Amino acid sequence: MAVKRLMLVASGGGHWVQLSRLSPAFEGHKALYVTTMEGAEAPSGATPVAVVTDASRSHPASFAVLFAQMIWIIAKFRPDVIVTTGAAPGLVAIQVGKVLGARTVWIDSLANSERMSLSGKLARRYADLWLTQWPHLVEKYPNLSSFGAVL
Amino acid sequence: MILVSVGTQFPFDRLISTVDMWAVENGRTDVMAQTGPSGYTPRALKCFDMMSPDKFRKLQAEAELIVAHAGMGSILTALEFRKPIIIMPRDHTRGEHRNEHQSATAARFENTPGLYVVRDEAQLLDRLNHLSDMVASQGVSRKAPEEFVSRLRAFIEEERPSSRVWTLPWRRNESSAAKR
Repeated sequence: MAVKRLMLVASGGGHWVQLSRLSPAFEGHKALYVTTMEGAEAPSGATPVAVVTDASRSHPASFAVLFAQMIWIIAKFRPDVIVTTGAAPGLVAIQVGKVLGARTVWIDSLANSERMSLSGKLARRYADLWLTQWPHLVEKYPNLSSFGAVL
Repeated sequence: MILVSVGTQFPFDRLISTVDMWAVENGRTDVMAQTGPSGYTPRALKCFDMMSPDKFRKLQAEAELIVAHAGMGSILTALEFRKPIIIMPRDHTRGEHRNEHQSATAARFENTPGLYVVRDEAQLLDRLNHLSDMVASQGVSRKAPEEFVSRLRAFIEEERPSSRVWTLPWRRNESSAAKR
C-alpha cells in the first residue's frame, strides 16, 4: 500500500481533542497536523504541526489571512487526503485542498447533535466524505454519512 | 486543585464569577481558571486566558475536579482522565455563544456518571457546596472506537490516481520522483 500524505486540520479546543482521538486512523502515513493553538503537539510521535490563524464570523478579515496560509501549506505539503473536524480553518483547508486536487473528509463536531454546524453545511460541496457523529442526522441531509462518534 | 475552563472564543463570566465568589467564601486558594477573553477581576481564582494545549492537558490531569462550559473538549478530556466534571451550558439568548448547541450537548450528557449538569448560577453554587457526594466519571479510551478508525482508514487508503492539479514549481521533480 502506498504511503499517503495526510493533512489533518482542527481548531484548538474540542475540535483538536476529537481529531486527536482519530489519530490511529493515520498511523503509517506521512501526516501534517494543522491547528490554531501555538505549542500544540501532535497526538502521536514527532509528527509536525503547522499553526494557522483562527477565523470566525465575528472577524471576517481573518478569513483572507487563513486562505493565504492554507494555500501556502497545501501547495508545499501536497496532501493526498485532508481530514478535518472543523471549524473555520478546516473549512478553508478543504475548499483550497479540493481545488488543488486532494481528497477531502469533513467530520462535524460531536457538539452538533441537532443540526450540522454552519461551517459543516458550507463544507458539503467540498467534501468527498461528509460525516456527522450523530446517526439520526443522516436522513436530514443528502449525501451525509456517519461512521459513529469519536467517543 | 480545581480547574475551571470556558474555552478561548467568548467570555463566560457568569460561571467564572460564581466559582470565584464560592472560592472566596470557602477560603479556597487552589482554584485555577482558564477564562478566555474575560472582563471579570477575580478575587480568589488564579486566572489565565489561555495556554498551550499540552500544558493545559497536564493541568486537567492534575485537577481533582473540573468546572466547565458545555464544550466538547472539556467533556471529552474529563472523561479521558476520569475526572468529575460540572458543566454549565452557555446561554445564547444572553449572547454567551452563537447558538444553543451547548444546551443540547448538556442534555445529551445529563445522565453520564461523574458528569454534573447545572443550568444556572444557583445550581452551580449548590453543586459546589456538595463536592463530597460527587463521583469520578467513568474513563474512556483516548482513541475513537475501532469501527470509526477502520472505516476512516479505509477511505484514506483507497487507491486512486492522484488528481492533484497544482504543485509549487520546485516541488514538481520531487513529486514525479515519488511516482516512479
